[in-house]
This record gives sequence, C-alpha cells and structure tokens, in this order.
Amino acid sequence: MSKPVEVNDDNFDQMVLQAKTPVLVDFWAAWCGPCRMVAPIVEELAGEYEGRVSFTKLDVDQNPRTASKYGIMSIPSLIIFKDGSPASNLVGFRPKADLKRSLDDVLG
Amino acid sequence: MVDREYDVIIIGGGPAGLAAGLYTARARRRSLLLERAAAGGWIMNAELVENYPGFPQGINGLELADLMSEQAKKYGLEVLLAEVTGLELEGERKVIKTAEGDFTARAVIIASGSDRVKLGVPGEEEFIGRGVGYCALCDAAFFREVPVAVVGGGNAAIDDALHLSKFAVKVTVIHRRQQLRATTILQERAFAEPKIEFRWDTVVAAIEGGAKVERLRLRNVRSGEESTLDVSGIFVALGSTPNTGYLKDILPLDASGAVITNEKMETGVPGVFAAGDIRASSIRQVVAATGDGATAAVYAEKFVVEQGRH
Repeated sequence: MSKPVEVNDDNFDQMVLQAKTPVLVDFWAAWCGPCRMVAPIVEELAGEYEGRVSFTKLDVDQNPRTASKYGIMSIPSLIIFKDGSPASNLVGFRPKADLKRSLDDVLG
Repeated sequence: MVDREYDVIIIGGGPAGLAAGLYTARARRRSLLLERAAAGGWIMNAELVENYPGFPQGINGLELADLMSEQAKKYGLEVLLAEVTGLELEGERKVIKTAEGDFTARAVIIASGSDRVKLGVPGEEEFIGRGVGYCALCDAAFFREVPVAVVGGGNAAIDDALHLSKFAVKVTVIHRRQQLRATTILQERAFAEPKIEFRWDTVVAAIEGGAKVERLRLRNVRSGEESTLDVSGIFVALGSTPNTGYLKDILPLDASGAVITNEKMETGVPGVFAAGDIRASSIRQVVAATGDGATAAVYAEKFVVEQGRH
C-alpha cells in the first residue's frame, strides 16, 4: 500500500500545482477525529489509483498559507487538483464509494 | 488472504463494537470487526472525555479510541476496513456482504452507532465547508476572532460552544427551548463563559452569505418574530440518529429507527445482537456503549456454544 506523501507550504506549488497527473490533497490536522477516520480509506485508494493519481496530505496547522489560499474552513477537506487548480472538493468524512466517484469523475 | 468464516462478526468499531470484540476475542472466539473507516467511532470527536470512569483528568477521545482498539486487537480481534453492503441474518451461518467480499458468522453484533442530524434549512448544504460545520473540534481554529453560532442544547452543543469560545470573538448558542439538555456541569461552565450568549426559543430559518456564511435568519418559536445574526460560522450539534438505514426490513426497529433489544441485547433474530448508540433507549454515552458491547458479547458467546451442541 502506498502512503500519501506529506506536502507543505514550501513545496505545494512543485508537488501539487505543477504535477503532470491529478493530485489528491488531504487537508488534515492532528486534533481532527474525522480526519483520522478517513485516513485509512485514503491510504487504500492511494494503492488502487497508483500511477493515475498522486496522493498527498497537508497539515493545516503547520501550513496555514496553503490552507487559507484554498479557503479551507472545515477538515477533513479532500481536494483533487488537476492542471494546477481544484477540480473536486469533498468536505467532511465520506465513505469510500464517494471518494472513488470523485476520483473517477476527475480522471474522466 | 482474509479468513471468511468467524464465530462472531461485529459491525461497527466504536466503543460498543470494540468492547464486544474484546470480550469475544478473550473468550477465544474467532472474531472479526468490520468498520467503514478507522476504528474509534464518535468519541474521536471528543476533545476530552470526562465521564468515562478511570480517567480522573479526562482523556482525549482519539487517545481513548486508540487504546480501546489496541486492547481488543491484543487479544486477537481482527479489524477490517469494509463497508457492509448486505446482510442475510436468518439461518445458522449468517452472511455479511461487504465491498471486500462476503463473510459468515454464527453470531452477529450490530454496533454501527449513529449519524449526525442535519439542520435541514436553506443554505446548509450550500455552505458546508464554507462556514457550516459539524465538527467544532476540527474547525474551531479557522474561526479566530470572528463571531460564530452553535445550534443545539445538548452535551455536544455545549461542548462545541466551550471549545469555540477559545478562538471566536463571540459564540451564540441557538436553542429551540428555554433550557439546555446538557449535563449540569457543562451548563455551569457555559453560563460562566462571558463569550457565550444564548438565544432561547429560537430556531435557524436560513443560512445566508456570499462566498462564505455571513448571517443567519432566526425565528423565535413563541413569538414568531424574525431576526438576523451576523456570524462567520455555524456549527450544527443537534445530536444523532441511529445508523440503521441498512437494517430496515431486516431487524425490528422502533419509531426513531433504533434497534429494539431485550436486556441481553438480543434483537428479534436469533444470534443477532445490538449494542451502543444504535439500540433503542441508549443513553449514547461511552460507558453505556461499552457495557452494551460486553453484554452482547457474553450472550453471543453463549449462543455460539449452545449452537455448537446441536
């Protein structure tokens, strides 16, 4: 199983916005229960979509610049970036089927 | 390769399910717990659990969830990430269908808890993630020095208001009645917090704004008088409803959708037990959920033993 890669304010542009494939960013924080609940689902999806979508996570507590740029007001927020901009945004805990649907939509 | 045949399968990984798994695993029954997310359940949303005996300083909900999970796994409980898609509960071997394939068990303990109640007013869906929230503990830090509101009058609402008061400039609790349902000690703390204000006999009629939430339309349920309240955030804490959508026509449910059980946690179907928040007349407390889980596990174990004698 491939684990999501940690991204931060400094490498967000390079790792996410400049990426050739779609990138899912899991905006999370240590104190957030639903973030913890969704994490193993995101890890499974990272395995299932390997090579087609990159999976990353961003700690909003450590990286307020990026969180604020994308107007994050609720976590977990799972945003899928395609060609440098958000193509899909899922807020709060969602079952795996919902996340798959969003990923498939973005992949077209 | 995952095993497919178990003595006991538990659906739901909150305190009720984890306690049940601890007991069935220690009874050396092959036990599997199915959970659609990380195990832990509702307590993962609690900053500090102060009413679970044994922790005089209180314990963080995430930490308590981890400890319960670790304890049950230590004795052999298997935990699998899988959402249940169907159940066949009649017959000796009960079939549980999931996205990860089918599993069978002699006894089933249903502990899939409850889901949050939504407000159901215009603007709620539209502003989710843009000022409308359901987890104050997760999101309070995004509301520094701005006014926010909490809807509800129970423990969850008052916990939320107290947590938000550490960040927000003002927290208005909107409650449809004239007094709170929350535990007295929480009420005392809320009344003593100068940042917390109350709007009694009041309901939210609509949530309005532009890119983000800007104001609430309120209505007094006694006078009918309408007013507006400027806020940047609104947290919905109206309690929870039993997560039994997938059990309709399978188990006897009460009018609120909760599973009806007897004092042994038996449902109407032999070998099928229910525990925790999902159960009719549950007080929805961790201490009660773990008690239910243990009771269900003991009688599930007895059922499996007796079935083996035939």
